[in-house]
Amino acid sequence: MDILFVLIPLSLILVAGACWAFFWAVDAGQFEDLDSPGWDAIEEDQK
Amino acid sequence: MNAAAPTSLCFHCQEPLAGSKLIARIGEQSQPVCCVGCQAVAEMIASSGLAEYYQRRTASSPRPEGVSQESWRAYVDPQIAGEFVRKLAREDEPREAVDLLIENLRCSACGWLIERTLHAIPNVAAVDVNAALGRAHVEWTAGTDRLEAVMSAIARLGYGPHPVTEETAARVYCNERRSMLKRFIVATFGMMQVMMFAVAGYSAELNGERIDPTLEHYFRLISMLVSIPVLFYAGKPFLMNAWNNIRTRSIGMDLSVSAALVLAFVASTWNTFVYRGEVYFDSITMFVFFLTLTRFIELSVRHRTNSVADALARHLPATAQRVAADGIETVPTRQLRIDELIIVPTGSAVPADGIIIEGATTLNEALLTGESLPVARASGDRVASGSINTGAPIRVRLTAVGASTMLSNIVALLRRAQTQKPLAIQTADRAAALFLRVVLAASVFVCAAWLVFDPSRAFAATLAVLVVACPCAFSIATPAALAASTAQLAREGVLVTKPDALETLSRVDRVIFDKTGTLPHGDIRLDTCATLGSRTDEDCRARAAALEQSSTHPIAAAFKDVPTRGFVAMNVVTVPGFGVEGTIDGERHRIGIDNFVAELRGAATDCPADPASGTTIVLGNEREALASFTLSDTLREDSRAAVDALRALRIDSEISSGDGSAVVAAVAERCGIATFFARRTPEQKLARVRELQAADSTVAMVGDGINDAPVLGAADVSIAMGRGAALAIAAADLILVGDRPAAIPGIIRTAQRTVRIARQNLVWSATYNFAALPLAAFGFISPWIAALGMSLSSLFVLMNALRLLPRSERRSSRTQPWTFSSYSYPSA
Repeated sequence: MDILFVLIPLSLILVAGACWAFFWAVDAGQFEDLDSPGWDAIEEDQK
Repeated sequence: MNAAAPTSLCFHCQEPLAGSKLIARIGEQSQPVCCVGCQAVAEMIASSGLAEYYQRRTASSPRPEGVSQESWRAYVDPQIAGEFVRKLAREDEPREAVDLLIENLRCSACGWLIERTLHAIPNVAAVDVNAALGRAHVEWTAGTDRLEAVMSAIARLGYGPHPVTEETAARVYCNERRSMLKRFIVATFGMMQVMMFAVAGYSAELNGERIDPTLEHYFRLISMLVSIPVLFYAGKPFLMNAWNNIRTRSIGMDLSVSAALVLAFVASTWNTFVYRGEVYFDSITMFVFFLTLTRFIELSVRHRTNSVADALARHLPATAQRVAADGIETVPTRQLRIDELIIVPTGSAVPADGIIIEGATTLNEALLTGESLPVARASGDRVASGSINTGAPIRVRLTAVGASTMLSNIVALLRRAQTQKPLAIQTADRAAALFLRVVLAASVFVCAAWLVFDPSRAFAATLAVLVVACPCAFSIATPAALAASTAQLAREGVLVTKPDALETLSRVDRVIFDKTGTLPHGDIRLDTCATLGSRTDEDCRARAAALEQSSTHPIAAAFKDVPTRGFVAMNVVTVPGFGVEGTIDGERHRIGIDNFVAELRGAATDCPADPASGTTIVLGNEREALASFTLSDTLREDSRAAVDALRALRIDSEISSGDGSAVVAAVAERCGIATFFARRTPEQKLARVRELQAADSTVAMVGDGINDAPVLGAADVSIAMGRGAALAIAAADLILVGDRPAAIPGIIRTAQRTVRIARQNLVWSATYNFAALPLAAFGFISPWIAALGMSLSSLFVLMNALRLLPRSERRSSRTQPWTFSSYSYPSA
């Protein structure tokens, strides 16, 4: 069980990393428009 | 509060004095201030008799930084001011208005201060500051150019005024959404982590075993660590609101929630360090998670209207192709001026309002009218900014640019409607505040009672009461429903400009149509032409067509197909309710009702109008009357359907028109309307509305919003409809873009559904609160169930409100034209 004393802090670091990545994504505007990018490809085809 | 403030802080901005020896004189007292700016502001506030502000404020005041009056000078320039200032048509006096986004607006006392200060400016007629949105709506008497004065007055107080353009509003919303998203993700991750550690303890308990004490303590420490960012970062908005409530000794939604969160956190932390008792970290993180989730959904629902407005604004292309002397040049849309010629290529959006002078095409006007099919438009037709050219390239002469286009006016209207709080919401807010007082008193009582009977359960029961009784769902019940339906109506081309309109509309039992410009004018046809003077029949028709070419009045449509034979009308002026005047071949001509035309040459009247022969208009110049035209209008087939649908809703329809009785009777018969009144003056129409109201009817008046403003104002709820830029300044509660009477039953049905859903929400949330409170008080509900119940009831209310949006809209916004944010315009 002693491994928990290493693994749990490790998992917290991973969570912190995930949070950081998410913050970056939000600030970079990745979540501004969730609809249009998916349709862009189709629109190009129609041209 | 200021009396107790340590003297080392600036009296105004509450920042450290940093050795400043400056003193501001506030009445009899001297107060230390940190800089000349703060000194000036504090003394100005005090000398205006507004020192009360310092008692009212709940947040420190902004520090005026290098305020120079020069920077506001630019707003004196009519061209720059014109970008932001809108004209309002009012019965009593014409006004101009601006919407401002105010930086540093932190609490309602700031709003109070700004309102008072602005009211002191001469000619400022109305000020409406919304502290929650950080926005102000200011109106002043038209022609007095108050924009610069208003802006510099706000700046002198230390706030940053920005006239609302679409970009700034969008950016503010975007920032709000981003920070909400971040808080939400922190709460989510934190909740999952803490729950994981809690499960270890719970599963051991289920097996009747006990977790290793060292490990348990370790888990508790980790849970505490993870809870800190969850509570103090993700939960910061709630804690801040509660703190502000404590400072102003007011009661707000977040007070009980925050009290519960902080109590639970302090107790759990204490228990963690003393190695005994319960910890509530899992409940805390879960509660914060649900709170952020509901607040995030609430924000999205509330901003739906906003996003419609933004989508509208975004639809304008950034550049336009202007026809210059030496060919075509690409210029920023902002630089376009009235009377310039532009080319709108295929697939592009029209950048400003104008009239087609060359080319015939189809335009998608869904943005403005909600009509999804493209409509044919040819030379002489008006085009509105935001329409998308789906046919051939056209040349357009601009008639309105920037803030005066129909699109800008619509956006501004939507925004104005948002800054006002409907009566229903104010009542709910008051009820919620009252209920909160009860809850706080109850929690103290419950705590005391449990301490007497069973001290070990006192803490959990008090927590549960605080959490379960938060009337969050109750206070979002009405706003959520209203926001959803306003957004939905805006998509259908219906703008709700007064927030109370929907509530009233749901109770309507009589609709009065003002005939001109509402019910009939599907297609007005020119029936006969009788010459009265020296000109030939064809010549008269051509002159009439030239005059009417640029008019938007429905009558002008009758002359659309008449060849102008080279006649060009210059200096065309439309006189609402009378007709059109213009110069042809250097001679002034008028077309319109007989008195108006006769006036031009000083005579009394031209021809004895036959009252039964429908609508007759006369053409004349300065010397003689030229011809009289008889017009008849074919009824739009949907008018009858509208009246039938209204009847199905148990709503009576009637016509009250200024036209001749034969015409009105014919229209009424074809629509299936039994009650009609012809040859009505506005006074008579007004009397009719009053008479119906005296008989306990709730009256909706449908008019064009300009000519019949007093009647519209008298009706319980007014609907203006039509086309053209004038519509957007119409004085009506609801504005129907496009002339579609068929939409009215739909609007009333939506209003009824809105009120029904708001009522369901109120009943549900009130029932939940009152049922849960005693259960929690008697200890039947543990804190985590309370957190779940409170959050679920909020979610339920929001989801119920979302039912007002059509099914496809709930899944994806793609099917609607508004969100074509990636709509590809061929680059210029």
